[in-house]
Amino acid sequence: MRDVAIIGAGMIPFGRRDQDTLVDMLAYASLKALDDAGVSAVDAVYVANMGGGILQRQTAIASALVDRVGLLPAAADLVENGPASGGSAVKNGVLAVASGYYDLVLVAGGEKMREVTGWKATDFVATLTHPETEYPYGITLPGMAGMFTRLYMEKYGVTREMLVEIAIKNQQMGALNPYAHVEMLITKEGILDSPHSVVNNPPMADPLHLYDACPVSDGAAAVILCPLDRVKELTHNVPVIVAGFGQATDTHTLAERDDPTDLKAVTLAAQQAFERAQTKPAEINVAELHDAFTILEIAESEHVGFFKKGEGGKAVLAGKTKLGGQLPINVSGGLKARGHPVGATGVAQVVELTWQLRHELPKERQVKNARAGFSINFGGFGNNVVAFVLKRGEK
Amino acid sequence: MAVDMELEAVLRPPEAPQAPYPPKVITLANGKRLVVREARREEVPTLLEAVHPTLFIHKDYYDIVGARLYAELLGWYTHRTQNEFCLVGQIEGLLVGMVNSRMYNAKTGMSLHTLAIDRGLRVGAHLFAAKMEHHIEYLGQDEVLIVAESPIGFRRWMIEYGLEPTDIPHELGGAPSYRLTRELYFKSKPRLVVGDRPVPQELLDEALREIVVADEDAIREKIAGLKGR
Repeated sequence: MRDVAIIGAGMIPFGRRDQDTLVDMLAYASLKALDDAGVSAVDAVYVANMGGGILQRQTAIASALVDRVGLLPAAADLVENGPASGGSAVKNGVLAVASGYYDLVLVAGGEKMREVTGWKATDFVATLTHPETEYPYGITLPGMAGMFTRLYMEKYGVTREMLVEIAIKNQQMGALNPYAHVEMLITKEGILDSPHSVVNNPPMADPLHLYDACPVSDGAAAVILCPLDRVKELTHNVPVIVAGFGQATDTHTLAERDDPTDLKAVTLAAQQAFERAQTKPAEINVAELHDAFTILEIAESEHVGFFKKGEGGKAVLAGKTKLGGQLPINVSGGLKARGHPVGATGVAQVVELTWQLRHELPKERQVKNARAGFSINFGGFGNNVVAFVLKRGEK
Repeated sequence: MAVDMELEAVLRPPEAPQAPYPPKVITLANGKRLVVREARREEVPTLLEAVHPTLFIHKDYYDIVGARLYAELLGWYTHRTQNEFCLVGQIEGLLVGMVNSRMYNAKTGMSLHTLAIDRGLRVGAHLFAAKMEHHIEYLGQDEVLIVAESPIGFRRWMIEYGLEPTDIPHELGGAPSYRLTRELYFKSKPRLVVGDRPVPQELLDEALREIVVADEDAIREKIAGLKGR
């Protein structure tokens, strides 16, 4: 197997992009990644998207993208793996290059969710739940997250203050990220302490509140992959090496898990990624975790080994996960502030880490001397998880 | 333009006395203080400057809300609408939203419009709540008739307040009205109606001194830009 490098990365600002179609957004991000890498053709394209067939009534999106951006006759595949579609698409691109079958691969992820109401967007995401034992009974991802949070609070002592601190931290970072959907700063007084917070931050799925959830967003992101030994001939960029990835699954229904607070697929995916990268969690300098709900940032940070169980929330309160802290998490703003166009998210995490590891972000959101990054792309409610360890290469 | 007051007396609808709305201050999610107060009739031209750019924003039905609100405010200003009132929301003097309504009769209020300029801070929710508070608690009315022109309005008002459907056509286009009763209002109040009184004098003076209106491009960006929620 060959070592694989990321030589180009592109993203478009997430938000409500009424003016763009899904393929427009994928095309803009792809062209940015191609330009960044300095290449104009690829062998294969992997596109991550979850809802084109449902929300836009459009299928075969990878074929449409290849034609739109002038990459014919590149091979093209659509990867649909729920909210982990982005991570899965990057993984498939990495395997394609590592195997030696393709040399240059474009991976793009995108989703257009804002052209339907919030209800319909929530219902669309809920189609990933079990069609007989969950979905017909009205379960939604916020509902699952609410139940998970209640259990996690009881078992590990997580408090609302810890969750609020994550929301504040990630929105602070989002305000510095021009690609983030949410650029509004929030305060503890406004969303927790003040009696007025009952309206500002109403319950969403108890004990989760409005500001515990990511927004519904449109957006797209893309990366260009190539064999590490061809980097110098292809690009002037500092290569970012895909040092390891992992992927694992868990039961489809939450009810079948022995302990619903145990995110086994997160632990397994992370272990695989760390083993393949021959890296320990303590060696990671920057992490992008899948904080679709604030509780997930804490739970994932514990399940991947950054903190012991019950310590993740305390680390947040101690400022350890802020920029400048022991391990900055979600410096991009995370899903909470950058947004969560589901098909785009896993790719956007890799794009953010690529920029961090190339040391090219503005000072106010660059993790100093970052050399190793880690991401978790969390599909379903932890039933399909993809993890990456990325490292800064030599120019 | 000279005004023929004799003719005006014929043209103007009769007005009922209205209790004033006592201003209040609300801490928003971003920690800023939203002053909610009753607008004065002479402030309408300034309010119209803020409404004007919304006439051309189709997103989330701002155009229909803006067009109707513009006409209603003009109607109030020129004494062509009966028993209307308008509450404004200001942060450091800057206008971030407004609501208007009128007394249909002594017992029934007719909710007109809610326009949020700053989005994502629940300014619209706070202002709508203030409007209902005024109808029920200060004007002493028994019910308010309400319709929504946008899905967001429907979610905010009909669902969050659990309004009763009726077959009474609303003044805004004839759609069947939903009704907020006193009972529903007081049931919803603990989770939907907030604010502190009295407003600290310094904050109130700042709000009363001038309604500051953002420029049209800024208003369009706040409402319909990429980051608009």
